[in-house]
Formats: sequence, C-alpha cells, structure tokens
Amino acid sequence: MIRRFAVFLLLLGLGAIFADLLLGYTPSEELNLTARYYAEHTAQDLGAANIVTAIVVTYRGLDTLGEVTVLFLTATIIGMVLARGRKHRALQRQLPAAGELLTTGSRLLVPLILLLGVYVFVNGHLTPGGGFQGGAIVASAALLLLLTDPLKRFSHRLIAVMEAVSGLFFIGLGVLGLVYAGGFLDSRVLPNGAFGTLFSAGVMPIIYSFIGLKVGAEFTSMLTHLAETEQS
Amino acid sequence: MNTVLLSIGVLLAVAMIGVAWLTIRATRIATAMLAAGLVSLFASVLFLFLAAPDVAMTEAAIGSGLTTFLFFFVLGRVRGGQS
Repeated sequence: MIRRFAVFLLLLGLGAIFADLLLGYTPSEELNLTARYYAEHTAQDLGAANIVTAIVVTYRGLDTLGEVTVLFLTATIIGMVLARGRKHRALQRQLPAAGELLTTGSRLLVPLILLLGVYVFVNGHLTPGGGFQGGAIVASAALLLLLTDPLKRFSHRLIAVMEAVSGLFFIGLGVLGLVYAGGFLDSRVLPNGAFGTLFSAGVMPIIYSFIGLKVGAEFTSMLTHLAETEQS
Repeated sequence: MNTVLLSIGVLLAVAMIGVAWLTIRATRIATAMLAAGLVSLFASVLFLFLAAPDVAMTEAAIGSGLTTFLFFFVLGRVRGGQS
C-alpha cells in the first residue's frame, strides 16, 4: 500500500514537472547566440552542408573523441566480462535452423544494409546522419548475419585491426589539424572544396568515415562476443 | 508550428503511449519486443517532424533496429538452451 502510494506520488511529481515545462514553453522566434554563430559561419568557414556534422566533428571534435573513447571502453569491458564465461569447446549444441524466409531475406538485405551504412557515414557532411548512425547500421547488418546463422564467426583480428587503425587515423588527422590548420581536429587540413559536393568540407568526411568504421567495429565486436558466449 | 504538424505530433505521442502500454501488458514475449521497437520507431518519426533528422536516424538505427534485433537474438539463444 505504501509502495503504491510512493509510486503515485512520484508519478504526480514527474507530471507536475513536465506540466510546468509544457505550460512555460514559448517557441523562440530566432536562434540564440551560439546557434546563430554556427548557422552563419559553418558554410563559409568549413564548407559543410550539414551543420550538425560540422559541430560534431570540428567545432566540438574533442567531445566526439570522448564519446568514441567511452564506446571503446564499453566494448572492451563487455568483451572482458563475456570472455571470462566462455568455454572453449569445438562442438556446440545443436540450434534449430533459421527459417527459409530469414535466410533468403538476409542474403538480399545484408549487402543493401551495409551499403546504406557506408553511404550514411561517407555523406555525413552533406545529409543527416554520420559516423555513429552509419556504424550502427553496419553493425545491424552483422547482427542480421548472426541471427541467420548463430554459429557464424567473424574474425576478431580483423575487427580489432579495423578499430585500431580507424582510431589511429582519427587522432592522426586531428594532430595534422594542429600542425597545418587552426587547432586539434580542425577540418581545414584539406581545402574546403565546392560546397555540397562529396569531396568538400576538408577532412570532415574522412574523419567521419573513420568514426563510422570504428563504431561499426565496436558494435560488431560486442555482438560477436555475445554470440560466442555459452550460457552456463 | 502549424496545425497539421501539431496534430501529427500529438497522434504520434498518443500512439507511442499506447504501444508502450502494449509492451508492458503483452503476454507473448515476441509481441512485447516488437512493441518496444515500435515505440522507438514512432519516436524517430516524431523527431523527424520536429526537424531533427540526425537524432531521428540514431533513434531508428539503435532504438528500433539494433535493440530489437538484439532482443530477438538473445531470445533465440535462450530458447535454444531450454530445449
């Protein structure tokens, strides 16, 4: 009874907070100071059509580096925890075979999903999305493969090398910005190029492609670790 | 924000609450998983209408794509272990 009352009180409090927010909301007519700076200067300074990408990769590049580090640590810890429970047995128990629909469908869909993921992170500076979204889409293709054949094994070495190399290139391009442009992770190492084309916005598409590969590799490594764990 | 956008937004919000209720109340576990994915999908459409395509993409890829797949994958593993 007391527990129910507490839950009710909690819901009431939350409701009051949100109602207050909703009633006090007035849509702002113009951008605030920071937003206006980004909206006005992104196109001419960095040459990126997608302002969000310009903020994520260049203006706030250091934050993105932190996010990538957090994701890397998460993948590492998951791998460490799950590797402990793994038993080295050559033959695993028999699993029911995947249905015909799933097998055929995944054969058709996996290349398309991979292509979409690569498209999303290569065009991150032009269209919505970028490294994180594209990486997640690439990893979902790997998950679809695992769903079709739970005993399928990806090469851990390949995933680890891909992740390490992308991370190194990400940092390396950032250091190049320190040497040849305005600061760490400055995208103007390469010329800005024609606005709105694939090869524009300096090194932004290159950095975001490496982020995409890295995120995809990290998600895939988490999934493969999960797939290889035997329940005890 | 004009009236059409507002009504679509309210409709999506109501649908999200309805599907979330279904997620809690569903008796079959597969239904609950699909409903949870549907909540994310509605949320991502809502983000799209609120002019945040980048966030919508993340929500669609992680929330409704990867998570739903992962739930079904783990469900398959658990069922395989039981039989």
